[in-house]
Amino acid sequence: MDHGALLLVELGAVVLGLGILARLASRLAISPIPLYLLAGLAIGEGGLVPVVTSEDFIEVGAELGVIFLLLMLGLEYSAGELVAGVREVAPAGLVDLVLNFTPGLVTGLILGWRIVPALFLGGVTYISSTGVIAKLLKDLGWMGNRETPVVLSILVFEDLAMAILLPTLAVLAFGGSTSGAILTIGLAIGVMAAAIAFVYRRGDWFGDLVFHRSDEVSLLTVFGLTLVVAGLAEGVNISAAVGAFLVGIALSGEAVARADSLLSPLRDLFAAVFFVFFGLSTDPREIPGVLLVAVLLGVVTAATKVVGGRWAASRRGIGRAGQQRAGLTLVARGEFSIIIAGLAVGVPGAEDLPALAAAYVLLMAVTGPLAAKLADPGRSRAAVG
Amino acid sequence: MPRIEETSLPGVGLRFDFTAEDGNRIGVVHHRAGRKELFVCTAEDPDAAVVSLSLSDDDSHALSEALGGSTVIANLNDLQQRIEGLAIDWLSVDTGTPYAGKTIGDARIRTRTGVSVVAVIRGDQPHPAPGPDFLIEASDTLVVVGTPEGIRSVNEILTGG
Repeated sequence: MDHGALLLVELGAVVLGLGILARLASRLAISPIPLYLLAGLAIGEGGLVPVVTSEDFIEVGAELGVIFLLLMLGLEYSAGELVAGVREVAPAGLVDLVLNFTPGLVTGLILGWRIVPALFLGGVTYISSTGVIAKLLKDLGWMGNRETPVVLSILVFEDLAMAILLPTLAVLAFGGSTSGAILTIGLAIGVMAAAIAFVYRRGDWFGDLVFHRSDEVSLLTVFGLTLVVAGLAEGVNISAAVGAFLVGIALSGEAVARADSLLSPLRDLFAAVFFVFFGLSTDPREIPGVLLVAVLLGVVTAATKVVGGRWAASRRGIGRAGQQRAGLTLVARGEFSIIIAGLAVGVPGAEDLPALAAAYVLLMAVTGPLAAKLADPGRSRAAVG
Repeated sequence: MPRIEETSLPGVGLRFDFTAEDGNRIGVVHHRAGRKELFVCTAEDPDAAVVSLSLSDDDSHALSEALGGSTVIANLNDLQQRIEGLAIDWLSVDTGTPYAGKTIGDARIRTRTGVSVVAVIRGDQPHPAPGPDFLIEASDTLVVVGTPEGIRSVNEILTGG
């Protein structure tokens, strides 16, 4: 077979495999993310079936996956929600940050890593999975629960913190002087604050400009715009992911609800490719060596999430059962931990990080939702679709 | 009526809820995409929803109809929100009006104010899309569509302008 034909067959086989895994995940009622990661581990270097021809394509697809994940995340929040999120949950958000960043950082240092890779590991353990948790709340019918706004506000805080964390880590990882790092971080915070303030003042102006009654026009405009901004952001070292997040925040208004149905399929496709790529670039033979650390880290950071979540809920006058649910809901880690670990690929001293992060997310994306389901009270809930 | 509390659910939508007379908390989550979710929490654990039902737009309308709400008004409110600057109002015609017994055309409402009379409600009977020769009677209710200023002028006309 010539190269073109081989590329199609190989790529098709990978995507088809993902389709089967997604079906399995839906049957088992678990997040598909761990299955995608396992698939990536199985097909890469050191795995069962080496995939070589389509690796370049998968790499580009993976980059698009990160961009789409962050774009959709930004679209989900209105400027008002972001401002309120920071204002109302700042204490709880900071406690969550300290409680969950520290275990990763300390573990990295205990393992003898340099400070920069250890900071990356802190990021991996800090951020809960917005995607997994949103699905969990829906599946369990907890949207009406009184502790749910607390959980969602903490997620908003984490997502904003990530938008500052990503460029910070990127600058630290790839050299750059201290003053350069401070400049980049200042730039990231400044641009983000400006974007939020703009939408807060001008409302849906930008959304109305970009979205069109034709889906085709909207799709091409949003996609193109996001890539350009993401590329520019990458160019000034505040990372493509943050650029995409900014575009998502700046877009608001009625059309955004439609954007969800327009962009979700693309996000699902490329995000799946991203998880596979991460698995692909991780050598599965390294996993057994880090498994014990991953399990210990998982136990500790599950406990710290529960403690932080319970405290945040108790501040809002939520009862004991609700506090427990809030804590357990936040345990799940997923896409954002992988995005942070993905950024560390190629960072000197971070050779063990991808394998550890993969093992950690495999554990947390599965056990997090299971833990929350255990806290589900007996209920006469009709089917929620 | 109990007070309905509104809570923002970042990334999801809005939650409206209230405590019913029997102590249960009843509420609706308005998802951004338009789907609604009806839930009930008992006094036992007031934080947890024990029942939650997913409702499509049509389901919500059917449910509010069954509860005695009017879907027509909800739809009109919707319309009003969709077209900025457009207002819909129900104007009752007082017994003292100079236009009782005259036609809509005589009152020259549209020419003078740009406001359209889209229906006349007489007793319980609605008369949709009345023509210019439709006779206005005292104690009719006119359903009018136009700018808020226009509607204010119509009100003045009806009361004797």
